[in-house]
Amino acid sequence: MSGAGRADRADGLARTRIVDSERWLGRLMLAPAVVYVLALVGVPFLLAIFYGFTNVSVSSARASFVGLATFRRAVEDPAFRTALGNTFLFACISQALVVLLASILATALQKDFRGKWLVRLLILLPWVAPVSLGSIAWLWMFDSIYSVINWTLRFLGFSGWPIWLGQPRLAMSAIITVQVWRTLPLATVILLGGLSSIPQDLHDAAEIDGAGFFRHLFQITLPLILPIQLVALLFGFVFAFTDMIVIYVLTRGGPYDSTQVLASLAFFKGIDGGDLAGGAATALFLLPVLAAVAVLMLRLARRTEVT
Amino acid sequence: MATVETRAIRKEFGDHTAVDCVDLQIREGEFLVLLGPSGCGKTTLLRMIAGLEKQTSGDVVIGGRVVNDLPPRARRIAMVFQSYALYPHLTVEQNIAFPLKAQGADPRTIPASVRQAATTVGIEQLLHRKPRQLSGGERQRVALARAMVRSPDVFLLDEPLSNLDAKLRTLARDELQQFQRRLGTTTIYVTHDQVEAMGLGDRIAVMSAGKVRQLGKPQEVYDDPADTFVAGFLGSPPMNFVERGDGLLGFRPEHLLPKGSYPTTEPLVDLWFRVDRIEHLGADRLLYGALRDIAKDQKVIVSLPSTVHMPAEPGQAYELSIKRRDLRLFDKQTGRRAAAQAEPGPL
Repeated sequence: MSGAGRADRADGLARTRIVDSERWLGRLMLAPAVVYVLALVGVPFLLAIFYGFTNVSVSSARASFVGLATFRRAVEDPAFRTALGNTFLFACISQALVVLLASILATALQKDFRGKWLVRLLILLPWVAPVSLGSIAWLWMFDSIYSVINWTLRFLGFSGWPIWLGQPRLAMSAIITVQVWRTLPLATVILLGGLSSIPQDLHDAAEIDGAGFFRHLFQITLPLILPIQLVALLFGFVFAFTDMIVIYVLTRGGPYDSTQVLASLAFFKGIDGGDLAGGAATALFLLPVLAAVAVLMLRLARRTEVT
Repeated sequence: MATVETRAIRKEFGDHTAVDCVDLQIREGEFLVLLGPSGCGKTTLLRMIAGLEKQTSGDVVIGGRVVNDLPPRARRIAMVFQSYALYPHLTVEQNIAFPLKAQGADPRTIPASVRQAATTVGIEQLLHRKPRQLSGGERQRVALARAMVRSPDVFLLDEPLSNLDAKLRTLARDELQQFQRRLGTTTIYVTHDQVEAMGLGDRIAVMSAGKVRQLGKPQEVYDDPADTFVAGFLGSPPMNFVERGDGLLGFRPEHLLPKGSYPTTEPLVDLWFRVDRIEHLGADRLLYGALRDIAKDQKVIVSLPSTVHMPAEPGQAYELSIKRRDLRLFDKQTGRRAAAQAEPGPL
């Protein structure tokens, strides 16, 4: 055997060893994800924590440690309190609607009917379409002059001409509507998965035992998908608390901060306004809240897990 | 208690006919077993009687009333599923109470009814457990308790013992039969296990390819099979078939015994059997071989009880006897039983 041949074989052996070793193969395959998360989430996150305890701004070359002063300043800002209230309003109402609508949709989509695939496709569309594109479409639909919604209302005989994005209450309703529209598909798909994991025998048994539609729904189906429902809700909350694309495109937090949420406030303060420390402190404020929500929901999900 | 009837009932899934014109009459209090291999349509038939599946044509009659358009809950039936289908998020007590609540029973009477049902199947100490904390046998009892708690007219059981291990299954079979006799509720039981069917049923309906091939008492179906399918499906090892002219001659492996084992008054047929291979199964010996003189190339199995002392060596031939009346003749083309008088003919 030639030397080159032997080297080839040794090479092959080494390769086999890495592929066969669960320990190393696992690490190898996880590595890209770990690097990605560390670089794009971990580093900015640590940077934000660091900024939060300093007085850094875009115009200052140096950051000096100021303890909790930045946080105190952020919290004392009236805009912050408005944004905090709006965040909870926005997240809670939109998620309540999503849970309700997704349950109805998933239950309906589980049944067989003609054109089911088309309905499924249409419902999934908002999720696969880029958020910014969808939001821009909504921007036109809510336009003060060309609003297709208003023209339809007028056609149907309603008097009045609501300025969707210009009146505080209507603006909040508008962004909640768009948020529901965007997160509904994911919640529906998650719930559909949950529903189809319930064995048909259980539905048959309930039917034979004499359960009507509502007893079947509330005592069998919903309790069985509760753990998955909670996961869907957790995702929804995290999106609603941390995302600002819809608001950025539609209202930029206006009118009069009536749709300003913490994520958008942090962006406007820190990036547009140049107050890096203030923006970071505002953004970090929700971290403990979200962590608590996540822990609570995952615990609940585990406790209600049934199989 | 009620009678159950299916009249020319049919079920098609696309162009596949799962159940093909089945007529059955089940008497009041009877234990009827639907027996057949998987895919023969027995579960579909049961589900149509339950109302879980809508028949393509034909009628289901329960207690003299056509129930075609009634939902399952209005048919006064209870069903036990192969998986038991216990509600995993409810305790045993809540599982058993569920049908009562769903039917709007007086809430004050529910705990007593639940307790009574639980006591009947011996699970009163498990009432506060969740199904996942129970063994297979316990789950099966909970399913039975849930089925009996509202005193249905008919029990429908879909392979309720198939998830139990062999030892437990024998025990559960015995309990199930006693339970049914005590309640006297009309019962339809689906299984692919011939031992269960023979042991449990007042009558057995043997099904194949969507049709009922034979309906009768267990011993009748075993002794006088209507066709080669029934003859081959019942019995372990199954009936031997030997080609004789236009017909197939059938005989049970346990009916061939050493010459001299039968009383001399019995008309017998003597045959030379060449042994190829022997299996010792404890209670029985299975001899694999062929009938030397009449069908050298056709495999025949002989089952000798261990109480019959006969030396047997592979390669040797032995003279065995069978009662003339234990021979069965079938038509080679149709597989149906040939006329009785023709039977003794070929030998």
